Amino acid sequence: MAESKSQRGKTFVLLALMVTFGSSGDVLLSQGMKQLGGLHSWAPAKAIAFFARAFDSGTIWLAIGLLMLFLVSYMLVLSWADFSYVSPASAIGYVLVALMGYFFLGEQVPTTRWIGVSLICVGVFVVGGTHPSTTQNP
Amino acid sequence: MTPRTALFIGIIVVAGQLGDLSLSRAMKTIGEVHHFNPLNLLRVLVRAFRVKWMWIGVGLMAVAFFSLLALLSWANVSLVVPATAASYVVGAMGAQFLLGEHVNRERWVGVIIVCIGVALVCI
Repeated sequence: MAESKSQRGKTFVLLALMVTFGSSGDVLLSQGMKQLGGLHSWAPAKAIAFFARAFDSGTIWLAIGLLMLFLVSYMLVLSWADFSYVSPASAIGYVLVALMGYFFLGEQVPTTRWIGVSLICVGVFVVGGTHPSTTQNP
Repeated sequence: MTPRTALFIGIIVVAGQLGDLSLSRAMKTIGEVHHFNPLNLLRVLVRAFRVKWMWIGVGLMAVAFFSLLALLSWANVSLVVPATAASYVVGAMGAQFLLGEHVNRERWVGVIIVCIGVALVCI
């Protein structure tokens, strides 16, 4: 019972880290790529120059670092938790991004998106009520 | 939706989920991580990349990623991203039938609600 409780606790901590690193990495990557301007041609010379500029950007390196931390958290939580638990539970990241957009960036969030955000919260709550691990390690 | 668009959405969803399922299988081979000090985490990562399922997963995720890039070159993001919300259902089916996870009714209900919610958020 105590082991099950501690497993649930560390699952929640790693899910929180995954969502935080993943969402902030995505937002920074998007911001960094927008600062570069669009890639208008896939001609090899232009594409190489574009990606060389991308790797010169501090924002993009910060985003890559955060996304690597996301991947490590994801791998660690999957070492014990079910994929069918982690995958829907991590959808809470969409809620975080919508709330950050609304409260910090002053974005307009349409009604359908609020309905979606509410449904994700309900779905994650339902999935969160099940036990994180239902299999024995092979 | 053209047949080509539908085919690419299918490839993105299936390859992406099979990639994640392979990663999950690789990490289950490693076993539950109990110690989170940097040295042990490094050991876990090195061991993980020695498991063939990890590389199969990385390959499948790359297929999904490049298919997404290709699809976005002709299809609208407002169609593509909500459609890929189906990944949650495909992933849960894969977890049940390929990884042997016990997806009970409660978890299925949660997965389907999340799937609808994500589609609405992305519209």
